[in-house]
Amino acid sequence: MPSFSPRYLLAVPALAASLALLASHPSTPSVAPDPDNAGLKLPAGFGALKVAETGGKARHLAVTPQGVIYVKLNRVKDGKGILVLHSQPGGKATVTGGFGDYGGTGMYVKNGYLYASSDHAVYRYKLDAKGEVEAPGKGELLVRGLKVGSQHESKSIVLDNADNLYVNVGAYANACQEQDRTRGSKGIPNCPILDSAGGIWQFKASQANQTYKTGTRYATGLRNVVGLDWNPQDNQLFVMQHGRDQLHDNWPEMYTDQQSAQLPAECMYALKQGDNAGWPYLYYDPQQKKKMLGPEYGGDGKKEATGNYIDPAAAYPAHMAPNGLLFYTGTMFPAKYRNGAFIAFHGSWNRAPEPQAGYYVVFQPFKDGKPSGQWEVFADNFAGSAAKVATGRADHRPCGLAQGPDGSLYVSDDSKGTIYRIVYNAKK
Amino acid sequence: MTAKQAFLALALAGGVLSLQAQHRPAPKKTTAKADPALAASLTRGAVVYKNVCITCHQADGGGVPNMNPPLIKTQYVLGDKARLAHIVLAGLAEPIEIDGDEYKQHMPAQAYLTDQQVADVLTYVRNSFGNKASAVQVAEVKAVRATLK
Repeated sequence: MPSFSPRYLLAVPALAASLALLASHPSTPSVAPDPDNAGLKLPAGFGALKVAETGGKARHLAVTPQGVIYVKLNRVKDGKGILVLHSQPGGKATVTGGFGDYGGTGMYVKNGYLYASSDHAVYRYKLDAKGEVEAPGKGELLVRGLKVGSQHESKSIVLDNADNLYVNVGAYANACQEQDRTRGSKGIPNCPILDSAGGIWQFKASQANQTYKTGTRYATGLRNVVGLDWNPQDNQLFVMQHGRDQLHDNWPEMYTDQQSAQLPAECMYALKQGDNAGWPYLYYDPQQKKKMLGPEYGGDGKKEATGNYIDPAAAYPAHMAPNGLLFYTGTMFPAKYRNGAFIAFHGSWNRAPEPQAGYYVVFQPFKDGKPSGQWEVFADNFAGSAAKVATGRADHRPCGLAQGPDGSLYVSDDSKGTIYRIVYNAKK
Repeated sequence: MTAKQAFLALALAGGVLSLQAQHRPAPKKTTAKADPALAASLTRGAVVYKNVCITCHQADGGGVPNMNPPLIKTQYVLGDKARLAHIVLAGLAEPIEIDGDEYKQHMPAQAYLTDQQVADVLTYVRNSFGNKASAVQVAEVKAVRATLK
């Protein structure tokens, strides 16, 4: 609940509206964090509960304005690739059904539709006034024929405010080598993967049966994006790239284990149409704060990349795998979180033999639509212990983020399928 | 000391200890067979594992969920040695399923390793992470490599 402040007196209609909203959601005021805050470590005043245990590989999730929770599973479970959850008073939710006979990652709600992606297509489903899917068996196929290889298969999705749909198509390679991930193998000139992958494609959000031919390659040179969101403040697409792997494994004479664990940064990019972030030709060195020429393309760890490539908007430690990005627009959390970004870092594997890292949700402050100030760990201990982080044997791995109608932050875990809800409940 | 050095030191210490154990008057109950050649192969194999395999298959041999398969008590590791050597020398491009989980990331060919290195690392893998299986011989690797030429 908002604290008493003269500012709110100036906004009586808004206050009345929010009270009406609260009244229509009787469960909202009584959300009860678990006694142990779902095992998470959170800033003071925040609490968390395990909303549900789905038992599936819960990738991205979306919550309708009415509070219905939709979860996309990476693999079909009991014939269902999308789970429907309904909350009970107190915040715990029950899986009440499911539909969609395909695995995948993307899950997004906008303008009365639920959008979902498999690893090669995007669908949408009309929602009724209660936030329920009208015809679960009949998804409308919006986009088909997206490229999928044996890595970076997921197709994350988001919409802007002009009825456009943005879809990530991950590069099916580490660094576009002649032999993928093979020691000493050179990069292929004019990387052919970029024609159909390694970027963000733009489609119409309400047009059926689109393909590459009718879509637009909106931005390129992005190895793999899983977390992405539309920034409502500066009306711009932001994405989180999974940076390249294995600098030491493939180029041991140039990079030590330690360097390989710390390079390159996981980067946040603010994209405009036509932008090129430079994969596979470069990687971003967070210590030097420079775009470096990749060793596959003549780099040696010291040469900078040349060319018309954008800089990251922000950089984070290597290999932590940012799988969820969410601009927080709610009013439940304190003011500093408003319009800032939450990032779910799935957790690393490419730091071995150095300790692994990540497995937490980060908050990145924003000002006027740009990252502003140092990021901080917001929700930690999904892994269960520091030792489980170091070995990478995490109990839970944060993947998707969604904002509930009351401003709660939902987090999905694609390891055990736990759905978390983080609330602010400080006594004022 | 770096992690790499520490790992090597541990691996070497393990090798030295097992070698020393063979020179101790063996307690009657022990079942550990004195086999200096095996101990040496395991020690060398640990080094190869650390340098080549550890990023994807991890220090505990458990792999990475949905990407890189575990090396713990699977038929791929404990079964046919020729098939296992073939995966190391030629790589593996097909997705595989182990205990209901699918692993899709391609394994790159490691043909630049010598027959001795392949034999050592596979012997190490087949006798680590809870695995217990016979050693892989250099001749066995050589025979598989011959089929690839």
